[in-house]
Amino acid sequence: MSRVLDVQNLRVSFPVEGGRVYPVDGVSFTLDRGETLALVGESGCGKSLTSLALLRLVPRPGRVEPGSIIRLGETDVLSLEGEALRQIRGRRIGMIFQDPMTSLNPVFTVGDQIGEGVRAHFPVSRREARGRALRLLQEVGMPDAEARLDTYPHQLSGGMRQRVMIAIALAAEPEILVADEPTTALDVTVQAQILEVLDRLRADRGMAVLLITHDLGIVAGRADRVAVMYAGQIVEEAATAALFARPSHPYTQGLFASVPRISGPVQRLQPIPGSVPAPSAWPTGCRFRPRCPKAFEKSESMPPLLPLESGHRMRCWLAESAAELVDPWTDDR
Amino acid sequence: MTSPWRWLLAAWRDPRGRAGLAVLAVVALVAVVAPPFLPDPVAQPDVLQGANLPPSLAHPFGTDQLSRDLLARVVSGARVSLGVAFLAVALSMTLGALVGLVAGYFGGAVDGALMRLVDGALAVPRLFLLLLVLAVWEQVPAALLVVFIGATGWFGTSRLVRGEVLRIREEGFVQAAEALGAPRRRIIFLHLLPNALAPLLVAATLGVGDVILLEAGLSFLGLGIQPPTPSWGGMILDAKSVLVTAPWTAIFPGLAIAVTVLSANLFGDALRDAVDPRSA
Repeated sequence: MSRVLDVQNLRVSFPVEGGRVYPVDGVSFTLDRGETLALVGESGCGKSLTSLALLRLVPRPGRVEPGSIIRLGETDVLSLEGEALRQIRGRRIGMIFQDPMTSLNPVFTVGDQIGEGVRAHFPVSRREARGRALRLLQEVGMPDAEARLDTYPHQLSGGMRQRVMIAIALAAEPEILVADEPTTALDVTVQAQILEVLDRLRADRGMAVLLITHDLGIVAGRADRVAVMYAGQIVEEAATAALFARPSHPYTQGLFASVPRISGPVQRLQPIPGSVPAPSAWPTGCRFRPRCPKAFEKSESMPPLLPLESGHRMRCWLAESAAELVDPWTDDR
Repeated sequence: MTSPWRWLLAAWRDPRGRAGLAVLAVVALVAVVAPPFLPDPVAQPDVLQGANLPPSLAHPFGTDQLSRDLLARVVSGARVSLGVAFLAVALSMTLGALVGLVAGYFGGAVDGALMRLVDGALAVPRLFLLLLVLAVWEQVPAALLVVFIGATGWFGTSRLVRGEVLRIREEGFVQAAEALGAPRRRIIFLHLLPNALAPLLVAATLGVGDVILLEAGLSFLGLGIQPPTPSWGGMILDAKSVLVTAPWTAIFPGLAIAVTVLSANLFGDALRDAVDPRSA
């Protein structure tokens, strides 16, 4: 497998009164060709900011901290400026945003907007761009694609708009597709169709997909690997099957316990007490400590990502004594 | 790009908009078409016998103190006034849009510098600024008048556009376009500008009335359009000395100013309501 993306120690900071906060604080992951990595976490955990940082789109006044590394193949993204930076946006990494209602320009037709993506990176005529836009719409499964080319975004349903968004993201034939909550704004029935499209494109084009979501349900069966984020850090990382078989970090276990299960004994849902603290209010030591039922003395200091088994790591001192890894959310019943 | 036509259509459905636009269109049409059928507005055919004649069949608006046909001069003045107004407004809207787009999109120090400049410019009365510049010229060519009026009229517009840009920048589609690698030029002119067009169009329409008044004021002060070229403000200046004996010399150009400005403002109001239903 060839490595297409390598992110090491990514930190994103924002100035606040009296200093800086780090909503993304030391995130590392890699992505291989044809692979799907799911970045899972609650809102505010830094997952969207991580994806924006990949394209250097962190909104002002935020910045990516020195020492962070983002490599696209051989390209050092953080050293790029101006035209060189523009050329990786869309061309190397395509991005699908959460809300297809607001991510399309209301005053241009669908065909124009897909064509814009083509013409931003390839020196083709309008006619040729239109032709490619049509093929892209067909590729993402847009019904009656030819007629849709000349429609405006408000004339389309949510699912169709998201298909348009995907077509736009594909316009410059990127090797990586970043999908930030691609189905959150959609009906459940449409969600499955959109995920289907993404999966098919990954297979057909050999793209790598970074799937950003808060929904563990859409991860299963779609992603090869999962990274769970909490408070700006990756807290657990594993192959999807391993994570679902053996969620190990207390936060991951909490996530699973707060999702209803279809099979197995009926259990009361166990919400994680409290809520994700703001970046300015992160506790010292393990950031999950105040909400964690298994916190102990050692949690006062920040754990690194510790190995559990091959390819499975978590940011919890409990990894040192794997025997204690009984699921704290279900073992009392 | 359907929106501007939608707005125009909605403004047309508004009685104010329809009246305003219709009158403006008639004034513009007459200004363009009528002069060849009217007496020479500049020549003085009979200063001794034909001066200060009241309205009659031969001279529907009467004549002025130099025996010139007032109707011809009012119509010819419409050419000048409307021409100056449209060109100056086009210039100031272009400048205002450019500055607002640049300030809003780039933000930071660029924004700070441009907006402080605008703050400073807005602190000086426009008329004063124009008097200062125009007083230097003995004879101001109309083209220069357009440039000066346009160049002093964009400050408010730039803030308006900047505000819109700041709002639109936060919209998902701008971020999406950036993520797509769309060049800055495209983002500014294809994503930001069309979505900021609504308030710009309204400002332009209302600006036409302002500029007609401004030009009339300047001409009345002798600093605008220079005689013998007829302009509405200049005609009122000429009428000053005979105001009591021949009031029509002031009434008709005055009416022309009032009707035209009122129409422009009515249309502007209707357009604003069409563009932003909340302001109705």
